[in-house]
Amino acid sequence: MIPMHRMTLVVAAAAAVSAAGACSAKKPEQRDTTRAALPPKSSVSQVASSAGNLRVDSVASLPAGSVGAQGSGEWWMPGRDFAASRYSTLDEINTSNARNLKVASTFSTGVLHGHEGQPLVVGSTMYVVTPYPNMLYAIDLTKPGGVLRWSYTPATDQRAVGIACCDIINRGAVYADGKIIYNTLDAQTVAVDAVTGKEVWKVRIGDVNIGETITMAPLVVKGKVIVGNSGAELGVRGYVVALDLRSGRQLWKAYSTGPDADVLIGPDFKPFYARDRGTDLGVKTWTKNQWKLGGGTVWGWVSYDPETNLLFYATANPGVWNPDLRPGDNKWSITLFARDPDNGHAKWAYQFVKHDAWDYDEIMENVLVYMPVNGQPRKLLIHPGRTGFVYTFDRTTGELLSAEKYQPTNWALRVDTRTGETIEDPTKRTHEGVVTRDICPSSTGAKDQQPSAFSPRSGLLYIPAHNVCMDYEGVEANYIAGTPYLGASVKMFPGPGNYRGELVAWDPVRARTVCSVKEDLPLWSGVLATAGDVVFYGTMDGWFKAIDAHTCAELWKFKTGSGIVGNPIAYKGPDGKEYIAVYSGIGGWMGAVAFPDVSTDDPYTALGVAGAVPDLKLKSAMGGTLYVFAL
Amino acid sequence: MSSHSDMPVVIPSEARDRDPPGRGPRLPVPLHTEVLVLLLPALLLSLAASDGRENAYGHEAADAHDVTALRVCADPNNLPFSNEKGEGFENRIASLIASDLGLTLHYTWWPQRRGFVRNTLKAKVCDVVMEVPTGYELTGHTAPYYRSTYVFVTRADRHPAIRSFDDPALRRLRIGIHMMGDDYANSPAAAALAKRGLGGQIVPFMIYGDYSQPDPPSRLVRAVATDSVDVAVVWGPLAGYFAKRSRVRLVLTPVSPPSAAFQYSISLGVRRGDSAWRAMLGAELARRRGDIRKILEEYGVPLVSERNRER
Repeated sequence: MIPMHRMTLVVAAAAAVSAAGACSAKKPEQRDTTRAALPPKSSVSQVASSAGNLRVDSVASLPAGSVGAQGSGEWWMPGRDFAASRYSTLDEINTSNARNLKVASTFSTGVLHGHEGQPLVVGSTMYVVTPYPNMLYAIDLTKPGGVLRWSYTPATDQRAVGIACCDIINRGAVYADGKIIYNTLDAQTVAVDAVTGKEVWKVRIGDVNIGETITMAPLVVKGKVIVGNSGAELGVRGYVVALDLRSGRQLWKAYSTGPDADVLIGPDFKPFYARDRGTDLGVKTWTKNQWKLGGGTVWGWVSYDPETNLLFYATANPGVWNPDLRPGDNKWSITLFARDPDNGHAKWAYQFVKHDAWDYDEIMENVLVYMPVNGQPRKLLIHPGRTGFVYTFDRTTGELLSAEKYQPTNWALRVDTRTGETIEDPTKRTHEGVVTRDICPSSTGAKDQQPSAFSPRSGLLYIPAHNVCMDYEGVEANYIAGTPYLGASVKMFPGPGNYRGELVAWDPVRARTVCSVKEDLPLWSGVLATAGDVVFYGTMDGWFKAIDAHTCAELWKFKTGSGIVGNPIAYKGPDGKEYIAVYSGIGGWMGAVAFPDVSTDDPYTALGVAGAVPDLKLKSAMGGTLYVFAL
Repeated sequence: MSSHSDMPVVIPSEARDRDPPGRGPRLPVPLHTEVLVLLLPALLLSLAASDGRENAYGHEAADAHDVTALRVCADPNNLPFSNEKGEGFENRIASLIASDLGLTLHYTWWPQRRGFVRNTLKAKVCDVVMEVPTGYELTGHTAPYYRSTYVFVTRADRHPAIRSFDDPALRRLRIGIHMMGDDYANSPAAAALAKRGLGGQIVPFMIYGDYSQPDPPSRLVRAVATDSVDVAVVWGPLAGYFAKRSRVRLVLTPVSPPSAAFQYSISLGVRRGDSAWRAMLGAELARRRGDIRKILEEYGVPLVSERNRER
């Protein structure tokens, strides 16, 4: 992941972009009008894709077994289901009545800083994990306004605060087997009894002494808790571990770099493309022993397909900075892995970016859907990339079906789906000591960690996107651990088009945008889609919005107290009503610009993102509140 | 090192007792790790509210007579610069200044890594950091009080002195360097080697190292002594100190030709705008120039003249 320390000269040359929230729904196409008028199952059309001659016959579904044992009104996993769809089948709130949404209750977490992640709802209890110090609250939803059943505060090592790169955030918990399980910033995983709030087990996964932290939300698959580490910018070597759900005992560990034995690559490893085949590529694609500091941490989202028994996640950027120092492909950084959760063995892999020069950390969500392509039902994996491309794979084989741009992107021209290779623009590749201007997207990507949502009803992926570019320029004196040195500066600025964020409704089969909402500020919140055909997301200045899933037309909005970088959820309360919940609390990498102690004239500010959002301080102050809405 | 379990902030108990009246409480003792983050802003607020001043030494309190303490932020585990036992040359120089000016010396310990300035000087838990490169953009600073250079470190019994990155011998050698991390930056040696196509010879050492071990950056110098690398490119003060203590004789050769990337002048860092405070410290450094030089020499710091600056 990325960087807060060395950073950048924040030249806020960014003219404040106005035109917030301009709705740019594209002209409805035949398929969409049909779909809006008819029940989804009858929506049939065949449209050739400009991208890859893909055809669509009907809308989508999620893999069988994706929702696990949870009820339709609950939310047990970070992305609601194993498919990471962030889709709720609740439909009481719909496109006709969403304008009547009102605040039902609020809850202050008592912590400022970035509230990424999402609450869980299990039965009649909501569970909220705060940013560091990573408290866990259990809120009784049967009591008016919500009353705490208990709270739990883990014992943690405060040094983690000085190590975490991008605010002290946490991306949430998972529920399984009567336990709420989540990670702490100081690299521990804890399981808490969901009824009593008592700690069941707590295990140390990583070591803050060498720069490891954990921010990601775990997933529980077949009795195993899947956890990955953070800290690539400190030379940490990335990995995923599987812990026994009952005890926390480690069952397997798969590194992202190093020999095949460490990466858990064996005879059953069958990458689709020749570029990803070979022995010990996690060593051979580096010089000397650099893979030991190789990054490729796993701080994003994990998904799982019960039908194929494959676990999916993608890895972060390679360490250390300066691509000239690590000649080679630097595998398996920036790589999508499909693994067998039973033993951790890799089944296939695809490296999105070889030899990264931009920090295009690809830990984004991998959304698993079932959609017809060219008349054939295909098991798809959709990965909206930091690189500016949305990648759609056949998840059973790793074949790339399409990769098309969804935001201004100039570092690469296109991706060849026959070879899997990206055709780059060599003038946009960074080198130390060389000025490279106008690289799109910037290191923050066309999106960052904030997860998309997929609606099987519309067949669209709703992507919270950024439009920010960067100059990689000169050097300045810097200093760390008693050692002065010269570092490069990165200056970020709004990309072309007079907007910095966009909620993109993306058709993964035809590989194109169907409609979108342009936003003034980059989107750092996740997205929720519901069976009421309503899509929810928030903005960095605190607006929480509902739009029509088919047209992107705005249905409703509400101004919360702080910027939104969390992910909305839907649940059914004990009273049978549908509720929508989201955190309001600015922070995270870009959101740190809103903090009073982060100065926008500080050249180190948040790795240059202050140049992208110099106006954020005026638009949001720190906060930490759960908002719940209902009709 | 169990002594670091309370890291990163340990405040000596006299800190609060000796606060001048009217300034309000500073920080409680000891600060527990769990509460620090939440408590700190509130305490700072109460400090500001108690006397309406931004801080004791800011431009709003330009009268230097008001100053009764030298509040230093330093790394508790980073010799030869500083440690919490007071064994570093930064500790020695801080003591010298405090004693001369009749100030009580207070330390706030914080590892020198990302966020150091933000969490120390800018958080106003101290008023000076003992070293920043002259011209540093994150802080204000005094005039430089020393200047040093990166050096090549080799074993006296193995390899002849390396002077330049253009030395053809480097193509055959394992070259140890410090890596800064992934934040668009690295040590100047990394850039010099990359430019010459010598990236493949690099053996990387994270500057942060393993913080559970003493003085983590020192591992690079020890790697030369143990023959894990043939040559290391190291910042002078670090190389000088650990070479002196090495059982194997090590040779230090300044990187040649001298250049802005390999030589740095070092100043005391203060908050921007704390001009009276900066002037007071600057005058003290000038007055004690000879004694400070003696301390630096005692620690083996390779000193280069400001006249050699090449810009």
